[in-house]
Amino acid sequence: MATIIVVTSGKGGVGKTTTSASFATGLAQRGYRTVVIDFDVGLRNLDLIMGCERRVVYDFINVINNEATLNQALIRDKRVENLYILPASQTRDKDALTKEGVERILSELKQNFEFEYVVCDSPAGIERGALMALYYADEALVVTNPEVSSVRDSDRILGILSSRSRRAEQSENPVKEHLVLARYAPDRANRGDMLTVQDVLEILAIPLLGVVPESSAVLQSSNAGIPVILDENSDAGLAYSDLVDRFLGKDLPHRFIEIPKKGFLKRLFGGG
Amino acid sequence: MLFIEVFQDLMLLPRSLHASNAETLPFELKGSLFTLTVMHLFHLDHAVIERHLLDKVKQAPGFFNNTPVVIDLEGMTEPKQAIDFERLYALLRKNGLIPVGIRNGSPEYQEAALLAGLPMLPERRSNTNANGLIRKTDLNELTASLRNRIIRQPVRSGQEVYAPDGDLIVLGAVSAGADVIADGNIHIYGALRGRALAGVKGNIESWIFCQSLEAELISIAGHYQVCEQFNPTDLAKAAQICLREERLIIEHLTR
Repeated sequence: MATIIVVTSGKGGVGKTTTSASFATGLAQRGYRTVVIDFDVGLRNLDLIMGCERRVVYDFINVINNEATLNQALIRDKRVENLYILPASQTRDKDALTKEGVERILSELKQNFEFEYVVCDSPAGIERGALMALYYADEALVVTNPEVSSVRDSDRILGILSSRSRRAEQSENPVKEHLVLARYAPDRANRGDMLTVQDVLEILAIPLLGVVPESSAVLQSSNAGIPVILDENSDAGLAYSDLVDRFLGKDLPHRFIEIPKKGFLKRLFGGG
Repeated sequence: MLFIEVFQDLMLLPRSLHASNAETLPFELKGSLFTLTVMHLFHLDHAVIERHLLDKVKQAPGFFNNTPVVIDLEGMTEPKQAIDFERLYALLRKNGLIPVGIRNGSPEYQEAALLAGLPMLPERRSNTNANGLIRKTDLNELTASLRNRIIRQPVRSGQEVYAPDGDLIVLGAVSAGADVIADGNIHIYGALRGRALAGVKGNIESWIFCQSLEAELISIAGHYQVCEQFNPTDLAKAAQICLREERLIIEHLTR
């Protein structure tokens, strides 16, 4: 039985699409058949970050409107086996997403294509696109940055997950919530420029799945169209790798929360 | 014949109906609580009503100074009797009362009142016994009929939870930007960062309890304080809040 996971945040620019791309890639790397769907109709980005924008012919909305089949629209990732991308449309708006249409496609992906994980990359905001992305979710990755407005918006999204998702409406078990704290800089948090991990956990009160450090590698990989999890030399890549393992049940300690200690030579000669 | 209930009767109006277009708003609609006088009408005889009104005016001339009044029709002894609301309006207006709406009454009454410009206001549980006499609400009876509401997850930003006719118990935090509202007491087993309004129908005996007071606003029976008015030493501590002599009293909860 496939698990539907929404990657959501409320606020824009906090790292939803980066997280969706790396999370889906990580699941596929570990052998799970995974599809990642871009729900940001009108402002598609996922295909850019996954590096497959030139291969988009048909999109999610074409499939909803029966203008194309899922077979035609699904893009197979060239780097990682078991990974597929369902891109958003650049030319439509979010009203094209209907509850019935989304449900039909999700069930087709589960049954006919035997995907084990369906990752839904939500647009920002709390409008139709975001509501459709979270409606059928079994689990949710709530992406937050360590600043007040981002945390407030995530809190709002958590409220919507617990009241307006299909699971909430049908009084089933609630959507399982995971916190992803992105763009974290321990030194700035210690100085009081940012909220600390504890501050965020105190407000949102959901389990922490991973802390992704602020990293130049994220921007570089986005521009290169490679999910940052594939950059095994970067701290952000390692953080996403840990995050996927934790999601799959491994008990790993959280890295990148403390200020990195300077090495012996650096302390001796200063700098850094 | 005629009974004027000078009794605090709080109406809970719909909250914040913001228009979506932010630029050059000519107005804004917001909910608010009002204390209104209710006139319980038992039967319609304009002459008798006027005589009684004149009596009342003699007793309390200051009160009848364009005072807004709600006409409650539940106690009408002959509910079929037609009411000329425009004439009734003129009569009351002449004697210093301004009808602003009606409450209870048959659909025919409601329709006729609406034609005369008097809207229908929300009903309240009846306090009228068979003889049509009003008795004061017995606090013990009120407590017995309380229906409590327990919320097992945190109340998140943007959510509003209301416990009508009872206590609200939240097993978790109330986030900034969330509202918890109860006709009775509010108990929060977590931090209160949003707004808590207890006793919204006027129960001045209501309390608010929370494990950490970081609220945006607290209110009991319409008496409220915003966070800027809190004593800094009360912040982020377990607190119990009650109303004494129309003032909100915040006390630390010792564990």
